[in-house]
Amino acid sequence: MSREHYLQPDSSLAGAGFLDSERFASAGTSCLPDRRSFLRCALCAGAAGTISTMAHPLDAMSLSPAAQNQDDSQFTVEARFYQKLPNRRIKCKLCPRECSVGDRERGYCGVRENRGGTYYTLVHSRVCAAHIDPIEKKPFFHYLPGTLALSLATAGCNVNCKFCQNWDISQVRPEQVPADYAPPQRVAQLATQYSCPTIAYTYSEPVIFIEYLMDTADAGHAAGIRSIVVSNGYIQDEALRAAYGKMDAVKIDLKSFSESYYRQVVCGQLKPVLDSIVTLHKTGKWLEIVYLVVPTLNDGDAEFRGLAQWVRNNVGADVPLHFSQFHPEYLLKNLPITPVPTLERAKQIADAEGLHYVYIGNVPGHPAESTYCPKCGHILVQRMGLEVTQMLIRKGTCPYCGQLIPGVWHV
Amino acid sequence: MRQEPITGRRRFLKNCLASAVAVAAGDGISHSAAGAQNLPLIRSRVVIAQDPQLRGSDSTVDSQRMLSLLDRTMETLLRVSRPDEAWKKIVRPGQMVGLKVNALGGRGFSGSPRLAEAICERLQQAGIRAADIVIWDRDTDELERAGFHVCIAGNRVQCFGTDRMGYEDDLATWGSVGSRLSKILTQRCDVLINVPVLKDHDGAGVTIALKNMYGTIHNPNKYHPNGCDPYIADVNMLPEIRSRMRLSICDATTACYEGGPAYKPQYSWQPNALLASQDPVALDTTGWQMIERKRAEEGLKALEAEERAPRYLATAADPQHRLGINDPQRIERVETDLA
Repeated sequence: MSREHYLQPDSSLAGAGFLDSERFASAGTSCLPDRRSFLRCALCAGAAGTISTMAHPLDAMSLSPAAQNQDDSQFTVEARFYQKLPNRRIKCKLCPRECSVGDRERGYCGVRENRGGTYYTLVHSRVCAAHIDPIEKKPFFHYLPGTLALSLATAGCNVNCKFCQNWDISQVRPEQVPADYAPPQRVAQLATQYSCPTIAYTYSEPVIFIEYLMDTADAGHAAGIRSIVVSNGYIQDEALRAAYGKMDAVKIDLKSFSESYYRQVVCGQLKPVLDSIVTLHKTGKWLEIVYLVVPTLNDGDAEFRGLAQWVRNNVGADVPLHFSQFHPEYLLKNLPITPVPTLERAKQIADAEGLHYVYIGNVPGHPAESTYCPKCGHILVQRMGLEVTQMLIRKGTCPYCGQLIPGVWHV
Repeated sequence: MRQEPITGRRRFLKNCLASAVAVAAGDGISHSAAGAQNLPLIRSRVVIAQDPQLRGSDSTVDSQRMLSLLDRTMETLLRVSRPDEAWKKIVRPGQMVGLKVNALGGRGFSGSPRLAEAICERLQQAGIRAADIVIWDRDTDELERAGFHVCIAGNRVQCFGTDRMGYEDDLATWGSVGSRLSKILTQRCDVLINVPVLKDHDGAGVTIALKNMYGTIHNPNKYHPNGCDPYIADVNMLPEIRSRMRLSICDATTACYEGGPAYKPQYSWQPNALLASQDPVALDTTGWQMIERKRAEEGLKALEAEERAPRYLATAADPQHRLGINDPQRIERVETDLA
């Protein structure tokens, strides 16, 4: 599940403003001590809020010509990646959980159902959240910075993170949330119409709407629109290669570097996620990694160090690593917001381990939101919140020293 | 001899204490189960009432015989001589009563509408208004497919699914569970009567009374790993459920000993029975024994040998949950035959 909040059409402005004020409070004590900086940050956050309000909710985009009285059958398509078993049972081969599902039952994700021995996805083209977001919100920092992404999600998720901020769409069955019919061609058409160079599969967990993701990516590519995905990476190898092979960039939420955390807080496993990251890197997809720092649960120095070493040794020092701030949500409302010094400590450790692009996320105005040249140290992409305020990279290199800066910088 | 009064007084106090606990526990089911685990005096009563002639010539359940079977079940369970006396121990006039049935199996293998009708008849005789009774499960269409007559208005007994009212916005949490609860439970039920069916379950081992509460939450799919343990126990610990639960009446007119929870005719049999208890753990333990006996008759392995014994029953009975008793030695099993 993404840490990126899906904005309800009727509450996006209020939601963004509330969160931003909390972030200022945290940031102000650490990196923005003076009034000028505070006001600058507030202005920036206001701009970010404005961008969010520019986001077109599904209704405004008229994804579906007739949203009322949608027939469930139009969302129901035979699933890929499953195996038929005797007695009308099936085994799902989509994620490492490998749910064994009896007739008339659903898998752990809640969006796939066995009907008479055939497994169906119930969420094809069943979009419950859709917005136009800055790509920085995903976050992608080295992929088409400053552009907009047509972002969408269906209900459901294959894990159950106790900190999920989108749990009201990720931890429900599709029939429990309002949704619109948005077939792939319509999504591609809207992305073109609203000048979005990318379609982003995000908010809930794209693994569980993989058929829709694959079909939409094809439709997008046919229309010249790229596809990017924000995923937990908890997926089997065959499905990963088939589906994310169609993606132009992938962001993986690596939720911890500990199996016990994955078991207790995420309800999943770490090892398959690490395997996915390595596979994606080998296939040459643009890859970024986000690590949500949850106070007391995954914020130890040893864990940060182990993570940074693993990233350096397995996918290289050039893969961007984002340390994001946690906000109390869902089943972890008892924990505080991650202190900014904790995020800075994580960054220091990762920097010391030799990673070149380590960012701090969810703290608008923090200097570590920006991209710096690892060779000469000049700022190359300056960000404030979700806005790119300065973009100096030319032809993928640092204008000061000529250092190659990995990423996809221009459409 | 001089020591005798001291010994007697000590024994007297001990007995008083035990009796007090027994009284407190015996008067209500979930209460009885709660506190009872370490007290050998406490037993939970489970009634198994059978009627070989329950079905008419067309093999459908006969309404009048079902009513008689229900009456026998309740009189035996609550040790009274008339059904209205029994029901007055469960409900009070003015209360809203919900019958949580299980309609997942379709017409072949859901709770019998005849049983629900019989319960509703007796509830009304006990002073509950028809409109204050709701027969419900997760989905209205599933209820219809199972043979229930949907009714969402008027002065009749109501019958509809949570899809008509939705789930609460706020999460209810206990232990490993965080779920939205059906608004039918939270807004339409002062008293909950659990009306499950008797089924084998590929993951949990068996699904009877405790697991039937999965139909009250919005995210049951999240709670099937590890044989549903500890999730089934934790769901039943949610205060909104535990505080309303008064009685479980398991519809064992048709039951399933293999291949569940979906209906597979080749693995079903017709015990023509009702199981009832105020202790859902004791009821499930007894139902599990019935399924194991049938499996043995059919030459199938025990659930334990298939590594799917219902471990959640021990969890439900442990000191953290105290939902009831799972020790067969402490379950008073009363069998009665209408024939």
